[in-house]
Amino acid sequence: MKKITLNIDDKEITVEEGMTILEVARGAGIDIPTLCYHEKLEPYGVCRLCLVEIGTPPRTRLVTSCVYPAADGLVVKTRSERVIQTRKMILELLLARAPGAKIIKDLAEEYGVTKARLRKTATFCILCGLCVRYCAEIKKADAIGFIGRGIEREVMFIPEIATESCTPCRECFTLCPTGVLESNFMLVQSLLFKQ
Amino acid sequence: MPKLKSTLELEELRKGIVSRRDPNRLCFTVCSGTACLAIGSQQTFAAFEIELEKQGLKDRVDLKATGCPGFCERGPIVVVYPQEICYLHVQPEDVAEIISQSIERQIVERLLYVDPVTGKAISRESDIPFYQYQKRLILGNNRLIDATKIEDYIAVGGYKALSKALFDMTPEQVMAEIDKANLRGRGGGGFPTARKWRSTRDAPGEPKYVIVNCDEGDPGAFMNRALMEGNPHSVLEGLTIGAYAIGSHEGFIYVRQEYPLAAENIAIAIKQAEDYGLLGKNILGSGFDFIVKIHKGAGAFVSGESSALMNAIEGKVGEPRPKYIHTSEKGIWDKPSCLNNVETWADVPFIINNGADWFTSIGTERNRGTKIFSLVGKVNNTGLVEVPLGTPLRDIIYRIGGGVSGNKKFKAVQTGGPSGGCIPEQYLDSPVDFDELTKLGAMMGSGGMIVTDEDTCMVDFAKYFVHFLSEESCGKCVPCREGINHMLDVLTRITEGKGQATDVQLLEDLARMLKEASLCALGQTAANPVLTTLRYFRHEYDAHIYEKRCPAGVCKALLAFYIEPDKCQACLICARNCPVDAINGGKNLIHVIDQSKCIKCGTCLEVCPPRFGAIKKISGEPVPALIPEQGRVIQRKG
Repeated sequence: MKKITLNIDDKEITVEEGMTILEVARGAGIDIPTLCYHEKLEPYGVCRLCLVEIGTPPRTRLVTSCVYPAADGLVVKTRSERVIQTRKMILELLLARAPGAKIIKDLAEEYGVTKARLRKTATFCILCGLCVRYCAEIKKADAIGFIGRGIEREVMFIPEIATESCTPCRECFTLCPTGVLESNFMLVQSLLFKQ
Repeated sequence: MPKLKSTLELEELRKGIVSRRDPNRLCFTVCSGTACLAIGSQQTFAAFEIELEKQGLKDRVDLKATGCPGFCERGPIVVVYPQEICYLHVQPEDVAEIISQSIERQIVERLLYVDPVTGKAISRESDIPFYQYQKRLILGNNRLIDATKIEDYIAVGGYKALSKALFDMTPEQVMAEIDKANLRGRGGGGFPTARKWRSTRDAPGEPKYVIVNCDEGDPGAFMNRALMEGNPHSVLEGLTIGAYAIGSHEGFIYVRQEYPLAAENIAIAIKQAEDYGLLGKNILGSGFDFIVKIHKGAGAFVSGESSALMNAIEGKVGEPRPKYIHTSEKGIWDKPSCLNNVETWADVPFIINNGADWFTSIGTERNRGTKIFSLVGKVNNTGLVEVPLGTPLRDIIYRIGGGVSGNKKFKAVQTGGPSGGCIPEQYLDSPVDFDELTKLGAMMGSGGMIVTDEDTCMVDFAKYFVHFLSEESCGKCVPCREGINHMLDVLTRITEGKGQATDVQLLEDLARMLKEASLCALGQTAANPVLTTLRYFRHEYDAHIYEKRCPAGVCKALLAFYIEPDKCQACLICARNCPVDAINGGKNLIHVIDQSKCIKCGTCLEVCPPRFGAIKKISGEPVPALIPEQGRVIQRKG
């Protein structure tokens, strides 16, 4: 395997080719926040919290580190002003969506997001898709999926499949970063499932 | 029919078709594009069929349903050849007269275009200012051919470029020609086409795919539709040439379900091309194989994004992929896939036929060739306009578009659809090309151009696009799903008069985040309408927020209608037309509006006779107090 060397936050790191920036950074003990990333799953790149700045000024850009392939000579900043500013706004959005979720509250506090400028919507699901992807990729059950589009997007158990597969499995419950999945399942079960 | 096996056989077929056609024979063409069909061109066409039968002329003259020539504002359009006389708004009852006059080589004056400046009627199509200032390369053949007849396309030189490419050029030479022509993608990004082709050709992996993107979804844009409906073979020919250059043997045409006629015509075109051996195995005996399949989109704006479109073709949900490897290298089923817009593909045969030098003689240095725009909104001549890149906006709007309709004042033009931005009057002399529009904060996009006038509220206008995008966002990534929705929230609040002093800052913060953090171009460009209206019309935002006033008089929550007592003549017209009985009328009594009932529809303002002009639209100031009951009696003279 070819060795590559990249620079993350002024630290020279040599790794084998074929990793993402996030994998390299975490391996070197550099913390990058993520909500939709899971090492067993295909990177999904939707929470956008793992954005990092790559390149050398003035030609730099933001990329999602969970997807972007680490390359030789790449210069990465995980906490540049531009990165922090963008992460803060994303956290402001997430805080409005799931104001009660502990993981969001903690991240918001860490990044100093205190502004409450946005209209709050009472939900816990941040649509990270961990449950959906775990069920599809690992369990190959497709018992849970997305419905709707845009702001109407939701995660739903598919009753016909869920009645058969979910009760004994429940492995996705622990994956849910906001802990909402279990209660959703209970709700669906009480409403729809055969006892 | 026997398949054509050589260039010679194609040329003989062409000669045969052309020789059987008399260029001096009378021919009536009726536009059968979607816009004309919607206003009844089918009935006009049927009237021609019946009338020709009745007058016993069926064998002496030709009748043809053609593609869209572009002047949609004045449809149904009939052009009579060989004199090229253009009749507008042709109704079935006009048909008999057109036929009998045309036989006598006479003109039906009343159906001609009348120049609003000179007042003179213009008979020849190409003399009408709307067409005169255009350069109709791509769109030009639309009016000459029946899209369902491949012979029509062959007669105007169709598939000549394909045979030239296959027999006289190597794939690399084709590539080099496109490169030299500096053709840039017409879908909006303006990416160099040859570079994209090369990247697919050089990427590892077989098979390689070529794809036509006909998921045109910008509000008010319909240039791709007109091409696919009116001249599908030109797209097919370009695609086949591209496939040859790239080394692809399988193509897809992604056409949105909302374009049924485009899908139908391209399907007919594929079948006919296959029958003639212009598609399929061993094309024209060259040994090159290429097949094309149609994929109908399920109706999502975001599916026009390359990776989302590829997902859709694979049978998955049409959502973008978060990948940093271009689809040109890893696209459909992770195979190299070259996706170009309808218009880009249609440019290819022209370049191959006429050479790159000819193509680069049109347009400006970094922007070669022509571009089709759909000119819509508050403009006199709406329709499709094809001009060399670099043409000033003013020429398009005023010389071709005939200026702002209803003698109103121009305010801005939105280019590039919901991902684009608005451009105010001071930049009207800017050349329209990929780079200039981007500098102004707008975008070329696929070519939508929406003209607004003084009666358009720019906050409301921005809200319209943001609302569109909020419904079209797939919802996959946080910035786009949540960000656009909050942006809509803020804009709605401002138009309802509930805007706060901090709202502009919030819009700017959201906009920056959308641009920086969104997964695909839909989110990354979603803030453009807001950013450009903020840049050029900040005073309108301020008026809404601080003065609770809508300067254009559009935002209902900030409006009131008021009857000026000294002007009201108690004619009862407004009271009778008010849909909610909010007007307290009465004979000889000055009318008054009950503000608590008024729904601000503006009907009273529309119906009040102009000689009275008693209704006033108020915004940003209190409605004057009601006049006392005894003062309402009108004292008439004499």
